[in-house]
Amino acid sequence: MSANAASRAEVCAAAVADGFRGDGEILVSCFGTVPSIGARLAKLTFEPDLLLTDGVASLVENVLPVSGKAPAAVVESWLPFRSVFDLLWGGRRHVMMFASQIDRFGNQNFACIGPHAKPTAQLLGMRGAPGNTISHPTSYWVPNHTRQVFVEKVDVVSGLGTDRAAALGELRSRFHDLRRVISNLGVFDFATEGRCMRLVSVHPGVTVEQVVKATGFELVIPSHVPETRLPTDAELALIRERIDPEGFANKEVRG
Amino acid sequence: MDKRCDEADAVAELRDGMTLGIGGWGSRRKPMSLVRELLRSPVRDLTLVSYGGPDVGLLCKAGKLRRLVYGFVSLDSIPLEPHFRAARQAGSIPEVRELDEGMLQWGLYAAAIRLPFLPTRAGLGTSVMEINPELRTVRSPYADGEELVAMPALALDVAFVHMNRADARGNAQYLGPDFYFDDLFLMAAKRRFVSCEKLVETKDLLAEGSLHTLRINRTLVDGVIEAPGGAHFTECPPDYGRDEAFQREYAASAKDDGAWESFRAEWLEVPEAEYQEKVRARRAAK
Repeated sequence: MSANAASRAEVCAAAVADGFRGDGEILVSCFGTVPSIGARLAKLTFEPDLLLTDGVASLVENVLPVSGKAPAAVVESWLPFRSVFDLLWGGRRHVMMFASQIDRFGNQNFACIGPHAKPTAQLLGMRGAPGNTISHPTSYWVPNHTRQVFVEKVDVVSGLGTDRAAALGELRSRFHDLRRVISNLGVFDFATEGRCMRLVSVHPGVTVEQVVKATGFELVIPSHVPETRLPTDAELALIRERIDPEGFANKEVRG
Repeated sequence: MDKRCDEADAVAELRDGMTLGIGGWGSRRKPMSLVRELLRSPVRDLTLVSYGGPDVGLLCKAGKLRRLVYGFVSLDSIPLEPHFRAARQAGSIPEVRELDEGMLQWGLYAAAIRLPFLPTRAGLGTSVMEINPELRTVRSPYADGEELVAMPALALDVAFVHMNRADARGNAQYLGPDFYFDDLFLMAAKRRFVSCEKLVETKDLLAEGSLHTLRINRTLVDGVIEAPGGAHFTECPPDYGRDEAFQREYAASAKDDGAWESFRAEWLEVPEAEYQEKVRARRAAK
């Protein structure tokens, strides 16, 4: 890798940013380092109207480094948890959550592994996933793409997938909007006839075969799978100088 | 009316089998001195409603709960609450009602304004509907006819919250960035207790915060407890941040029985005044 070449994490961050393209004036909420970088990158480039929080209860107008270090936040509004639920049920938000398990329809689990009555591993709990996924655009970030995460069947459904949304009928699922899954190996969406997960692109240096091997269900694979685009020089400069000078992203995704 | 009392008075309101709501969020502004008092009491078989943090972990570990109603349990800087995890994985909480965190707000709000339920889309199609078989749906009586989740009221017998300031009559104030759902917990409960960092004169309530920080008025409060450090080891800004070193020790106490016993003996079997004294001594030693 030459000095200027993008790392895998930086490729992922640009792919995350692309996922917010066209979102306009909405709140973006992110779980994880790479998604936080991607959202900031989108705001600094093609989506200047995005709203970002400081992770507590303020909406912050300026783009802060993911380390949380200076510069000082320019607070543009207040968003306590009470207002978060109002805002998200009203739909003006795109969330990027993580997934401990996700299936071909994008049903997501980060509540627990094993039977809910007595799990083998208790995780976070439902949190806001059921309400988020039925109310506004949702994407997922998976920093370590394996068959343990991309599973045939999730143990518990916290985030609503396309099959279960369809079963609710058009009226009740009209705000369900599953956008993208971005992993350390590639980019995925659900723009197929059966609303199943499709491989959109593989990151540079990753083969389709690698993705298939690391996925526990049958992906929809188009006859031609392009490579995920590289970040531009301007984007790389923003990431390295302004958003993530410490290189936290490269700790979340290696290579 | 002067509503000043202490933790023991508040905990004395609880009977076996009652439903308790605890304010705050995760490891943020939790009424920990009240939780510690509860741990020292014989009360058991409680139903607990909480945006869960160490309150949930401690009450699980102490075997105080018959039922837990929650959307998540987290220590924030330590994402997964170890005592809660251990209890879930051992199947030692007899009943769990795991909901979307917005549904929890809705249930408290319904109880607060004395409605049997409030409709929401949150939960539809997910495992929430399967793991909470008592949940019902309701159809809009209007032209849309949409079928929604009827989130039932979460009526509480007793509520505990911790605030930054209060007066003796029960007007209470938060000075941090978020009031969470503390007002709803109080509104949803029959008996309501507010602990605070500092008791002030009513005329001084606006000295440290704007009018908008006076979120809790005295119709919502039966008892006021002055408890400096009462949220420790959770955060209570601007009075103090989270005691991360202490929280790590707490989390490490889930490692084995020995670690738990020594943590319990040192920190939970002592009166609150001694607890606070030891916390101050630790801080001074650093």
